[in-house]
Amino acid sequence: MGYMKNVLETVRMIEEQKLDIRTVTLGINLLDCADSNSEACRKKIYDKITSLGENLVPVADRVAAEYGINIVNKRISVTPISLVAGATSDENYVEFAKTLDKAAKEVGVDFLGGFSALVPRGFTRGDLRLINSIPEALAETSYVCSSVNVGSSKLGINMDAVAIMGDVIKKTAYLTRDEDSIGCAKLVVFCNAVEDNPFMAGAFHGVSQPETVLHVGVSGPGVVKSAVERYPDANFSQLAEVIKKTAFKITRSGQLVGTTVADRLGVPFGILDLSLAPTPAIGDSVGRILEEMGIEHTGGAASTCALALLNDAVKKGGIMASSSVGGLSGAFIPVSEDEGMIEAASMGALTLDKLEAMTCVCSVGLDMIAIPGHTPASTISGIIADEAAIGMVNNKTTAVRLIPVVGKDLGDSASFGGLLGEAPVMKVNPSDCSAFISRGGQIPAPIHSFKN
Amino acid sequence: MKAVVTVIGKDRTGIIYNISKVLAESNANILDLSQTVMQDLFTMIMLVDVGDLTCDFVELQEELDRVGINLGLSVRIQLEAVFNAMHQI
Repeated sequence: MGYMKNVLETVRMIEEQKLDIRTVTLGINLLDCADSNSEACRKKIYDKITSLGENLVPVADRVAAEYGINIVNKRISVTPISLVAGATSDENYVEFAKTLDKAAKEVGVDFLGGFSALVPRGFTRGDLRLINSIPEALAETSYVCSSVNVGSSKLGINMDAVAIMGDVIKKTAYLTRDEDSIGCAKLVVFCNAVEDNPFMAGAFHGVSQPETVLHVGVSGPGVVKSAVERYPDANFSQLAEVIKKTAFKITRSGQLVGTTVADRLGVPFGILDLSLAPTPAIGDSVGRILEEMGIEHTGGAASTCALALLNDAVKKGGIMASSSVGGLSGAFIPVSEDEGMIEAASMGALTLDKLEAMTCVCSVGLDMIAIPGHTPASTISGIIADEAAIGMVNNKTTAVRLIPVVGKDLGDSASFGGLLGEAPVMKVNPSDCSAFISRGGQIPAPIHSFKN
Repeated sequence: MKAVVTVIGKDRTGIIYNISKVLAESNANILDLSQTVMQDLFTMIMLVDVGDLTCDFVELQEELDRVGINLGLSVRIQLEAVFNAMHQI
């Protein structure tokens, strides 16, 4: 009878509560593709990705069928391209983005991440060229995702990079204005970026990673919500236990699927990212979990506390279930990708300021938020600076993925399609911070970074 | 290698007959079977050996899916490992 109960519980999780594996992400080292001849460099990149990545999609689909658990996305992450393309004398790296796009299309993955630069302490020549190429690169490609790490707890915040990224986001929005500025949905600005993140748009294959590696990101907000629903009278310690047990089960399914895909591809298994990743589908929302805990609308008072409890319980439950936990690991709160958050933002219950508070207690940051197209670049930089400061001081990863939707304002809505969802345009504080942003330079690392 | 077949839906005649026919034709040996009917909702769980299938696992899955659609039932076959992973430490 116990066996039957377990089987039926799993089947219910899959059929009714949308348990799935959000992504298997194959990390590929491209450092050995560096070549001073840029065409030769791009050919090496294309050949390496298409040869190492050719079996990813068929193998993942097969494993998903055998275990009966859908793998929603198959993705590739590569070495930050600024490190590889920096060997060339090219002034502009858009051709590299096109090469990545072509390779991603050839192997049939959903996204490819790594059009990236890591600049917490300053820029190399390649970093600056890459960053300046981002708007055109994202406008000219479909599968490529880009990220820039502007700060870390150890090195402080590169405020010149923060200033530039405000402009880069605005330009990207403009160049993709015909599609609700969708280019910005493929661009993340990080503080404390991690090298083993399987999630987009921020995935890249860090230099401390092996030649190839397979990471897995689980999902399952619907499963957690159903579990919370069954205990309407539980106190918080009981609630934490319920979430922990549920997270354990979700994580074990991801561990099994991830290690099986890695074995069959003949690559080492990297990490399992414990993040609860929502989708715009009904019943797959992190916001609805908070509401199930007793908050009328996500964004209302106590939302930050509820999210802190959820995030911690998910990590505690998941950490024992996996041999190797990493990536971002927490609860995501991407507004446009979460049906509950879309509703809360549309009715005004969820504001940008409250979201900023919530990012202090969860992974990752201000994610997939549509803002008015006329928002100044310096204000976007200011929001990035705030979020980077939270990450730097609290030793956590934070990120900003804002979409200043060209031609849209408060009361409008932007639609990005598929997993990226749709978002109401949210209000931004109109105070001017351009004098602050234009100071430039480096914000020193906090005192608690000196740990040696 | 073992797999679990779950059949859920409105009760009717011939469910076990039709499902086990597909399994037999693919040489999937039924090791254990339990079923209940609660308020007209038929629920059956079969543990089957899929180590010596005469067809590909995914073909068997598709055939069971077709039978399920004809009978108006949800029919799934999944490797047993996934249930063990999720419910055993």
